[in-house]
Amino acid sequence: MATVTPLKTSAELSLNAQAEGNKAVRQNSFARYAAKGLPHRRIEAYHYTDIRALMKDAPAPAKAVGVPPKDFVFSDIDAFVLTIIDGQVASDTAVGLAGLSINISHEAPDDGLAPHTVFPSDGDPIIALNAAFVDQTLRLAIDGTVDKPVLLRFITTSAVSAYSRVVVEVVDGSSFTLIESHECASGGVTNSVVEIAAGHDVLLVHIRVNLADKNATVLTSLGGRMGARSALTSGNFVIGGALSRHQVFLRFEGEGSTATISGASMLKDRQQADTTLVVDHSVPECVSREHFAHVLDGEATGVFQGKIIVRPHAQKTDGKMMSRAVLLADGATMNNKPELEIFADDVQCGHGATVGALDDDLLFYLRARGLPKPEAEALMLQAFVGEALEMIAHEGMRERLESLSEVWLKARG
Amino acid sequence: MVAVKETVEQVKELDVDQYKYGFSTDLEVDKAPKGLSEDIVRFISAKKGEPDWMLEWRLDAYRRWLTMVEPDWARVHYPKIDFNDSYYYAAPKKNAAPKTLDEVDPAILDAYKKLGIPLREQEILAGVQTSKVAVDAVFDSVSVVTTFKEELKKAGVIFCSISEAIKEHPELVRKYLGSVVPVTDNYYATLNCAVFTDGSFVYIPEGVRCPMELSTYFRINEKNTGQFERTLIIAEKGSYVSYLEGCTAPQRDENQLHAAVVELVTMDDAEIKYSTVQNWYPGDADGKGGIYNFVTKRGDCRGANSKISWTQVETGSAITWKYPSCILRGDNSRGEFYSIAVSNGMQQVDSGTKMIHLGKNTTSRIISKGISAGRSQNTYRGQVSAHRKATNARNFTNCDSLLIGEQCGAHTVPYLESKNASAVFEHEATTSKISEEQMFYCRQRGLSAEEATALIVNGFVKDVLQQLPMEFAVEAQKLISISLEGSVG
Repeated sequence: MATVTPLKTSAELSLNAQAEGNKAVRQNSFARYAAKGLPHRRIEAYHYTDIRALMKDAPAPAKAVGVPPKDFVFSDIDAFVLTIIDGQVASDTAVGLAGLSINISHEAPDDGLAPHTVFPSDGDPIIALNAAFVDQTLRLAIDGTVDKPVLLRFITTSAVSAYSRVVVEVVDGSSFTLIESHECASGGVTNSVVEIAAGHDVLLVHIRVNLADKNATVLTSLGGRMGARSALTSGNFVIGGALSRHQVFLRFEGEGSTATISGASMLKDRQQADTTLVVDHSVPECVSREHFAHVLDGEATGVFQGKIIVRPHAQKTDGKMMSRAVLLADGATMNNKPELEIFADDVQCGHGATVGALDDDLLFYLRARGLPKPEAEALMLQAFVGEALEMIAHEGMRERLESLSEVWLKARG
Repeated sequence: MVAVKETVEQVKELDVDQYKYGFSTDLEVDKAPKGLSEDIVRFISAKKGEPDWMLEWRLDAYRRWLTMVEPDWARVHYPKIDFNDSYYYAAPKKNAAPKTLDEVDPAILDAYKKLGIPLREQEILAGVQTSKVAVDAVFDSVSVVTTFKEELKKAGVIFCSISEAIKEHPELVRKYLGSVVPVTDNYYATLNCAVFTDGSFVYIPEGVRCPMELSTYFRINEKNTGQFERTLIIAEKGSYVSYLEGCTAPQRDENQLHAAVVELVTMDDAEIKYSTVQNWYPGDADGKGGIYNFVTKRGDCRGANSKISWTQVETGSAITWKYPSCILRGDNSRGEFYSIAVSNGMQQVDSGTKMIHLGKNTTSRIISKGISAGRSQNTYRGQVSAHRKATNARNFTNCDSLLIGEQCGAHTVPYLESKNASAVFEHEATTSKISEEQMFYCRQRGLSAEEATALIVNGFVKDVLQQLPMEFAVEAQKLISISLEGSVG
């Protein structure tokens, strides 16, 4: 039978050229990416985010660390800030916090083949690329309660590719808050992977914010493994980026744990944001909740792909997934794929998905009470996004994200 | 929640080792040589006495098929099919063009009788069945008989085998064949275009309400054969037809391929109701044998205010790969999909629907209930999409699944794609969506919350089954008492 060998895109050619200099070190990871090339719509996991078509070019990694922007939206958040500029840790890692130890290593990172990996073993191209090109791995070890949140400020300063990898190990009984903020300059490509391995009785809060330039590409992944009786809340907020994809791979490995994963994306013009989520219930009696909201204006495209897997014997699993989207303009597109994959019979799993415009009746109600249309719409949208932001388990960050969403709504006019 | 006892028992009765239609009929058959090639395509076409344009159409499809790759995205696993290891044409010898029922091989009539499908009009009239149903009986590669043709003719309805239609009504066939499912739609549909042997053709003229239910009963009898049937139903302006399809096959150790294509076309204000009770041989408890049911079914609501509804009860086949779909092209058109899929033993089901909203004010509704037991895997895969111009499109989807036992799997893969801001799509699991008022009403009358839920949900399943015409409800009746308590979204 005839097989079609597609021509390489300029991004693929560029990546191949970059690999030449990198070959000796992480050949395998690159080979895993190269075997398939950039993912396209015929690859089921990338059906709605055709990176092959959307990524015009893959700029080379930065030769030297660039100059970061001065202003930082979260500068007044009381947190321990670690700045990662163009893929290099720029902060002093010797200064630490109680319960936190930091070091930087250079060994080959996990691309889905390491033991206990949570990443797809058939090779996710984004993670494989990260593993192939990343220079250093920032390792955080958490033992006990860390008083302040650790804020990872990822900055891609110019039209370069920045690959970064963070591995967090959280020992039994610890409690920890991790915030990721992503800034990426026009034409830049950010590819970051954060791995969290949590022990038993751990309390974890994770927040990721995408503030990238409207011409940037932001590809981020979170891999999480959770022990028994642990709790994770992970919130994702997207307003930036021409193309962004946030992947979450979470696996319950101990009984009695809970995870709440939420996200809000506010997109306009021709922005496209994808949230891809795999929650793997491999042990009994874990609870997961997923709630995602998309507000899409202009010609923006929102993608939500969520999958709850309940393995055999993972009885008494309770999983609920909800994805809601509001389309504000006829050019906007929402693609939803909330999946369930269930192999155990005594479980409660549900999913829901809705797509539509703002409710006319509610709008009428508000306008009848004297609110002009833009304000009435903004109020309704704020409530809509608020539902997802409410789940963010850090008060300061939640307030900040709420005000960012207000700014977005105001700019809409 | 785990499944309730009655449900478990009901599903057990449908288990693979309870298959009742596994007998085979010994007949002298006229077969094509084994394998697949252009010569076989020519052979089939010649056997059917088809005009040149039909042969060309088939050959074109065959050449295109050679360049295509078998799809692998469905959640089903099976060894690679050797398309050269089966017969693509098998017809009972004695049945060469029967004019009346008396000329039909009595063995075939017996076989249908055993299946509970009387083909003699007098028997039907004598009250074997309560209401009149016209039947087109397709046995392996040929249609053996079509009943009530004369009576239907009076109403202007054309109901015959597709082979006959190609000869008698070439203008209609040429106009519509392949217009809903294009020749290169997918691997199995293209294969079907090349080698389809028989199937039914229905044409309902403008303004006619078909005076009786139409039905086709497909039977695979011969060993090592594939059945490739083709059904084409056209409902002209303002017409209505209800069509039923049933299928069974003997119990055999090897897998047999069934790759059908069904095309429906509705014009302005027309309605087609298409119901299926699919009961192909599912294989034994260890997954040996059984039919591979790879089917493409699609309806095109071409006219304004037209309606297509698919109802299916799926209990058979080793592997089912089937997505009856609606293209809602006409303004205000409506598509419906009601499905109950029960899988047992080692069965694999990957089934669902597609609702493609193109026109304004189009609405669709999807109700799917999957029940998996034994070591089976049951997947719902459904797509709902609204295109740019599908203003005010509405969809409601509800897919519940129920697992019985620890070794089976139930999966849900919905795709919701909206490109229009005024389109409203909702995808929900019902157990949590029972209306407060109904609950309140039942509880007020002394039912516990659980009893009330069971009652309401059961009533709901009944709703789906009531979409099936009575004649086919025998199989489905069993499912009625299945409670969907403990179902997961």
